[in-house]
Parts: sequence; structure tokens; C-alpha cells
Amino acid sequence: MKEDLAEMITHHGLLAGLPPEDMELIAGCAKNVAFDADDLLLEEGAVATTFYLVRRGNVAIEVHQAGRGPLVIETIGPGGAVGWSWLFSPHRWHFDARALEDVGAISIDGACLRTKAEADPAFGYELIKRFAALIIDRLEATQLRLLDIYGDVEGR
Amino acid sequence: MQSALARDLAPEVTDPFLPMPYRVVSHHYETADTVTQELASLNGAALAFKPGQFNMLSAFGVGEVAISISGASDDGVRLQHTIRAVGAVSTALAESEVGKIVGVRGPFGTDWGVDDIGSNDVVVVAGGIGLAPLKCVVTSLLERARTGAGRLFVLVGARSPEDVVYKDELDKWRDSGAYVALTVDGAGPEWRGRVGLVTSLIPDAPFDPERSIAMMCGPEIMMRFTARALLDRGIDPASIRLSLERNMQCGIGLCGHCQVGPLLLCRDGPVVTYLGDVPDLMSRREL
Repeated sequence: MKEDLAEMITHHGLLAGLPPEDMELIAGCAKNVAFDADDLLLEEGAVATTFYLVRRGNVAIEVHQAGRGPLVIETIGPGGAVGWSWLFSPHRWHFDARALEDVGAISIDGACLRTKAEADPAFGYELIKRFAALIIDRLEATQLRLLDIYGDVEGR
Repeated sequence: MQSALARDLAPEVTDPFLPMPYRVVSHHYETADTVTQELASLNGAALAFKPGQFNMLSAFGVGEVAISISGASDDGVRLQHTIRAVGAVSTALAESEVGKIVGVRGPFGTDWGVDDIGSNDVVVVAGGIGLAPLKCVVTSLLERARTGAGRLFVLVGARSPEDVVYKDELDKWRDSGAYVALTVDGAGPEWRGRVGLVTSLIPDAPFDPERSIAMMCGPEIMMRFTARALLDRGIDPASIRLSLERNMQCGIGLCGHCQVGPLLLCRDGPVVTYLGDVPDLMSRREL
């Protein structure tokens, strides 16, 4: 079962290409999960214990504003990863993550993974590099959206 | 049977600087500021064009502006253009109701090269009204996609759900066998689709990068980042085509208003390959 999970994780963009021994470490903290549409994967303010590698379906990263309801910041589709607050203090989610439809994902226990990363700095460093790249991608995409590139333009 | 007015307005000799009279025969608001119009030649002449080329459209008494050709009737007599009202000329054109006469010069420029795609996957990436010059690529490849002769991927980004052009067509394209994905930069809680930059659609689209041709159009910032995402996915730069736009005026490479580095985009573009000077030109601060 863990071998199947390791195989699935191997093919996921975020963790692809890690050596088999690292994959075993990750698979030891992983399990398969499923969510129905509208289920919450993460809840703002809650302790950040897990992250998800999305296999099918789309997940909305949301923030609530009183009177306006949930505002979607971004959606994450198959091949994407949801959640990085488990890796950084104070280990609390900053946003909600909600299934927009039926979602299948691999859930990875962040506390379990942190412990293994502390014990194996080379593995921990590799993990940090992968998540840093993910965060940079998201930051870059968010900055471009802030530019409002499709917005008002001058022309004839 | 031509009217006397039509005969008067339809010279026998085609002069590239002479606008030909066309009548607005349909007018449809895509978004609050974007209109798709069908124009019919007053003299009944067909305009032979290739997907990716543009026309210079005249709002008489106001001015002339370059607009991509989005489609045509089978006989080529009716042309489709999608116009976003961003200035005096484009606003006058967009506000031209059915029956109004406008001027058409063209077609000008390079095309997407739909004829040489073979059985490759075709990946269309469009941002905002950038879908307009790609629409006739998509429609011309739907039959190919439906019969399994070649896959078609249409990845669309827009500012908001309200700013998506060709909403009805997107569903039809999907029903016809194309892979269609849409994302918006921002949306309210009622939106159940994707939110994010158009580049976020690229990793999920199941095209084969080793046998794909990408065609993209949108704001240049978007295309720079889209090119990077396509390269990351493994597409060869020689297989990436994009449509660039500058201040097109004469349409035949004489006036120089649309010059970008060594390119006169009205003649050497708008469709160019992501090779040579092009990647550098797209990121250069000053030209």
C-alpha cells in the first residue's frame, strides 16, 4: 500500500525526482483521502498539520470577509499542492481550502514529515527547496494578477 | 444585384491603402466593452485571409485601427472581428450598429501556419481579447479534433468571469472534442471555475510537448510568462508561435510605426516564432 503511495507521489510534480529513500520517508507519512464538493481541506486559523497533493478535482483557496462571503484567491488542480503552513512556524493555516468538486488527494502528515526532516537535514533541505519553488511560483502568479494585465489599456 | 451605392463604392482595382466598404450585419456584445461584429462586403467580393492575419478597419471620419480577423462565412463575404473599445476609433467601430458602413483594408501580416501543423497537438493559449485572433484557428481545427486526426487544447485566461469572450463557443468547442480550460484572475463566491493565471493551466493540460505546436496571444507580459511555462513543459521554442501587436498603420511595412527591433510587425508579424530576436525583444526595457 505504501509502495503504491510512493509510486503516486513519485509522479506528482512537487516531489517528482526525489530518491527512493526520500520517497519512502514521505510515503510513511502519507495516506489517500477523498473529499466531497464543498468539504474544507484546510481551515483558516486551525493548526497546520497536513498538506495535500491533489490528484483529481479542483480546490479553491479562499478567504472570508464578513458580508461578502468566501473570496477565491486561487484554485489548485490535479498535480498541484495545497498547504505549506505546516512547514513554517507558527504552523497555522492562513486561508481556507475548499473542494470545488469531488477531490482525490494524497494527504501528508506535516508533523511526521517535519520530524523526519529534522533528523535528516539533507532530506529537509530538499523539502525546503521544493516548497520554496512552489511558493515562488504562487507569489509570481499572484504578483502578475495584481498587475491587472487584462485591465484597461490605451489604444486607438 | 448590387445597388448603385455599392457599385460606386467598389473600385475595380484593389489599392492596399483604399478601404473597401463593408456593412455591419450583426453586432453582439461579448463583454461590457467588447463587441463581435460581422461585416459584409458591399460589392459581394470575398476576402481571402489566413487565420492570424488582421484588417485595418476604418470608422469614417474618426480613424483607422488594426483588428484581427476572428472568422468568416464559408464564402468569405462576411468577416468577423471582435473589437474592444479602448480609444476613439475602436469605440466608434464597436458602437457601429447593424447597417452602418465601415472601411476594411487587408488582410495583412503573417498567419498562424495552420496548414503546416500535421498531426501535432495544437495548444492555444489566450489571454483576454487575445482569443480573438485565435478563434479561427480553433474553429478550423475542431473537425480535426473531433475525428481524432489531431488534438486541440484551448487554454483561456481572463480578468473575471464577466470578461470572458466567446463564452458560448467555449462550451461548443469542448463538446466538439477540444480540451478547453478557463481561468480568471479574480471572481466572486458564485464562480465555480478556476482562479489563477493562465499559465497555471499549462501543467494540467495533457498535451505531448514533444509533438505540440503552441499558439498564444494576449498581453505581452502574459505571453512572456506563458512562453516560459511552455518551455518548462518541454515545448521546443521553434514550436511556439505568438501574435505581437504594435501601432500598425500602413499594413504593408512602409511607414515603420509598428517597428520592433528588426521587425515591422504589420509585415513580419503579427504572428512570429519564439526564436531569434523575439524572446529578447519581448523582455527588453527600451526599443
